[in-house]
Amino acid sequence: MTLAAYAICLKGIVWREGLRFLHQRERFVSALVRPLVWLFIFAAGFRQVLGISIIPPYETYILYEVYITPGLLAMIQLFNGMQSSLSMVYDREMGNMRVLLLSPFPRWFLLFGKLIAGTLVSVLQCYAYLLIAWLWDIEPPPLGYLTVLPAFLLVGLMLGALGMLLSSLIKQLENFAGVMNFVIFPMFFASSALYPLWRVKEGSPWVYFICQINPFTHAVELIRFALYNQFNPLAFAVVFGCTLVFMLGALVAYDPSRGLMALRGAPGAAA
Amino acid sequence: MTAPALEARNVSHSYGARKALDDVSFSVARGAFCVLLGLNGAGKSTLFSLVTRLFALRRGSLAVMGCDLQREPRKALAQLGVVFQSRTLDLDLTVAQNFYYHAALHGIGKAQANARTQDLLAAVQLADRAGDKVRNLSGGQMRRVEIARALLHRPRLLVLDEPTVGLDIGARADILKLVRGLIASEGMSVLWATHLTDEVFETDDVIVLHKGFVRANGSVRSLLEQTGATDIKDAFVRLIGEGAP
Repeated sequence: MTLAAYAICLKGIVWREGLRFLHQRERFVSALVRPLVWLFIFAAGFRQVLGISIIPPYETYILYEVYITPGLLAMIQLFNGMQSSLSMVYDREMGNMRVLLLSPFPRWFLLFGKLIAGTLVSVLQCYAYLLIAWLWDIEPPPLGYLTVLPAFLLVGLMLGALGMLLSSLIKQLENFAGVMNFVIFPMFFASSALYPLWRVKEGSPWVYFICQINPFTHAVELIRFALYNQFNPLAFAVVFGCTLVFMLGALVAYDPSRGLMALRGAPGAAA
Repeated sequence: MTAPALEARNVSHSYGARKALDDVSFSVARGAFCVLLGLNGAGKSTLFSLVTRLFALRRGSLAVMGCDLQREPRKALAQLGVVFQSRTLDLDLTVAQNFYYHAALHGIGKAQANARTQDLLAAVQLADRAGDKVRNLSGGQMRRVEIARALLHRPRLLVLDEPTVGLDIGARADILKLVRGLIASEGMSVLWATHLTDEVFETDDVIVLHKGFVRANGSVRSLLEQTGATDIKDAFVRLIGEGAP
């Protein structure tokens, strides 16, 4: 296979994911509505309750809605990653996954292509959210819209890879509700998305500890710092490391000779 | 010596304690139309999952056009066209979009894919449906699209797992005629899995699979001689009835 053939394959995977996204307009709307509800309603209610002191990367006191914006951006990417996981389970049940896995390209490349496609979709959603947030007077520095892009890409890859890993564990579409309860909600709430960690520490050192080891906290912080033209090395290291671990896990899980698929059969295959 | 289109050697596969395939060996000659005949639960779909590398091969070996599936999986898959028993088309895409996606997964560019798509859809008499969403096609039409799509990357071996399941008599006959015609024009080998003896022609090779064992393997004539039967249906019944494990 030539390099051009690899490019054609990647383009095809991204194209198909984009087309699917266009076909599911309600997916785009619901991906935006969720964080906007938090921004317009939750933040309005809590701005008087939760005071935010000056913490990096902010150089002054900020409104609560400004604080939660990076968390809500990461939330968009978290839901998108899980949505990708859901669509992989659906593809497996409908048999489409076989078409992908029958390709003569290396399986790591095919899965990476799926990840790239899902990440690009989530980045689009994030920028759409930032546009609406700007209309709501949440205005990061202009350059921040550019510097946050690499953070979006890396966080999108990490959460997409996590979703892919989870999709290999889910046997049937009906089991997906468990992902909501055991992955999405704990990850989101036990993080710095909605409240600064010093606040959490005051309430419970244990929850603070959990928040600190939660990769999603570092995803939020990576986005938060990048949006204000700053680099958070710890957040980057954790997100980058977790991306590699989740990707490797997904690769092993989808390897017919080693992974979980091998232990219980192939994707959607009849016995 | 030229390697066969498909060669299975001592292939076994189990689901936990239940053995689905037990020491299965056979070969499909190049240019042959080979029917894999077996009742439901004989192990046909398991064999297909191994040949297509959806299941990991743990015991034995499989080779497509001389390329070992374990050692050279990409080379082997590139020469393989597959039609699964269950539908694998994306219902929300058009017929042409499904072809384009399949072409991309094989590294075939858009221009080449478009030309090939037109030819293949014309061959399966669906040239006028290229822009239609797959979900608007009938079961028989979807099957024809899947067969045409499997030929898009010019495979040397086409494997079809019960492709006529769920189709009416007319559509079944059409599909069978279509595949035999395409094979003649494309010059490839075929492994056609079915439980229906009326899909076997006199000129075909036949592998009889029963409860995970190969009960017989050869031409229709040799099976008739071996069993003393007068037709393939009778031969099949005798093979799976006598001394079946």
